[in-house]
Amino acid sequence: MYELIVIGGGPAGLAAACRAWDAGLRRILVIERDRELGGILNQCIHNGFGLQRFKEELTGPEYAGRFITMLQKTGVQVQLDTMALQIVPGRDGAPHQVHAINGQEGYQVLETRAVILAMGCRERTRGAISIPGERPAGIFTAGAAQRYLNIEGYMVGRRVVILGSGDIGLIMARRMTLEGAKVLACVELMPYSSGLTRNIVQCLQDYDIPLYLSHTITDIRGHNRVEQVTVSEVGPDRCPIPGTEMVFDCDTVLLSVGLIPENELTKGAGIAMDPRTSGAQVYENMETSIPGIFACGNVLHVHDLVDYVSAESERAGAAAAAYVQAGQEEPADHIIALKNGEGVTYTVPQQIRLGTQARTAEVFFRVNRVTKAAAIVVEDADGKETARFKRGHLAPGEMEHIALPAAALQSASSPLTIRIEEVPQ
Amino acid sequence: MKELVCIVCPRGCRLTVDEDNGYAVTGNSCPRGAEYGRTELQNPTRVLTTTVKVAGGMHRRLPVRTNRAIPKGLLLAAMEEAAKVSLTAPVEAGQVIIPDLLGTGADLIASRAMPVAP
Repeated sequence: MYELIVIGGGPAGLAAACRAWDAGLRRILVIERDRELGGILNQCIHNGFGLQRFKEELTGPEYAGRFITMLQKTGVQVQLDTMALQIVPGRDGAPHQVHAINGQEGYQVLETRAVILAMGCRERTRGAISIPGERPAGIFTAGAAQRYLNIEGYMVGRRVVILGSGDIGLIMARRMTLEGAKVLACVELMPYSSGLTRNIVQCLQDYDIPLYLSHTITDIRGHNRVEQVTVSEVGPDRCPIPGTEMVFDCDTVLLSVGLIPENELTKGAGIAMDPRTSGAQVYENMETSIPGIFACGNVLHVHDLVDYVSAESERAGAAAAAYVQAGQEEPADHIIALKNGEGVTYTVPQQIRLGTQARTAEVFFRVNRVTKAAAIVVEDADGKETARFKRGHLAPGEMEHIALPAAALQSASSPLTIRIEEVPQ
Repeated sequence: MKELVCIVCPRGCRLTVDEDNGYAVTGNSCPRGAEYGRTELQNPTRVLTTTVKVAGGMHRRLPVRTNRAIPKGLLLAAMEEAAKVSLTAPVEAGQVIIPDLLGTGADLIASRAMPVAP
């Protein structure tokens, strides 16, 4: 029997497994469906990873390489080319089961004390956002195009329109341009970009690629391959405004319209979900509603920086080790729920368990609009201000993070509400 | 006075650079931001990341990058140099693929190891 099975060998799974090993676990298995470790980082060949973590600007493969090297120095076992099919939670202290399949071992039923969910996320597709028009070839999610180009070595098109201004779309705008394609436009439904500002600058402005905010694709035409795309401006209600149509002659449409945590296994195990994040609900130590099952990384909530994924996953790895070593979940004196107030779309964790030792709790969240100067205000159930954090620029594309002081938590009444207060400049 | 968004890190500081006053930078949160503001207006540079052809490896393309920033105006010429490369696996991580790329003093290096296909 394993002490810990980590599902997913991307940045989250690697960091979680390494930390659990360092914390003393010795029977750890990582299950990865690809033929190598590293996850999506392997196709993210651009630089900008690791500034927080390593104080260096690394490419995706280099960042993954650091953690793969770390893992190889441990005795953590890895099964590649292996698909986890189902998690059957053990009841009343019985071990959890992970069902997995691969070409060598066949169908395996693996028993383990703890499980870490680190499956990552997948891209929203054309079907998810219902773009009208014909259905020719040449429409890709940005990440699929990135894999074709950077790993498989296929150029996906020559004249490109990108829908959505998420980071992968912006990165692909630059990448396609450098490879000789003409990127005609990046089109964003919202009045702001959901990507990092630095990517707007170094991927679009550097190459004079126009960004159309408050616009969307309203028609795609083409018999076999994409031939034309119609772009329209949208009003404050996000509906297209007739008469604003622009037509682009292009052969390719890339979609960068959001990521969805990949939680089929989580839901199958009966773990409580949070509709705001599309991920599991977790406590401050990344434990889900089922004792001994933890979640971290993009399967929990979509991050914009891998550095934060690594840090979060290390917390999950440490907590899983503590769970296995104690033989039970941490006893809690009382539980504080976190609620999103004005200007905040979600919080992770959703609940904080206060044990005998007072600890600072790290909370991650996103805001729902751009603000220039703001305060993050935390209030308890009685309306008492528990903490206040000053911030400069806030944007939905950039995940925010606060550390709630232990003392403030001890005296607070549940639930705590986190809200944004705009500060006049 | 010129306004810029710093691209050194994800923070994206809004910089103001005074060209008439020795390219003095304000709005930066770290020394690297000041450095970025100064070079961006005088000789803008970027790190180039791309892929090169590799035969016999686990994948058909090897990710590469320049080991330091090169002049922005040379990016497309550098892409043409990278397109001429044809390697055979195995390749070590950090291996120099093109030394002194276009006389910039920067080397094009492998971003990962490329083992021989199993």
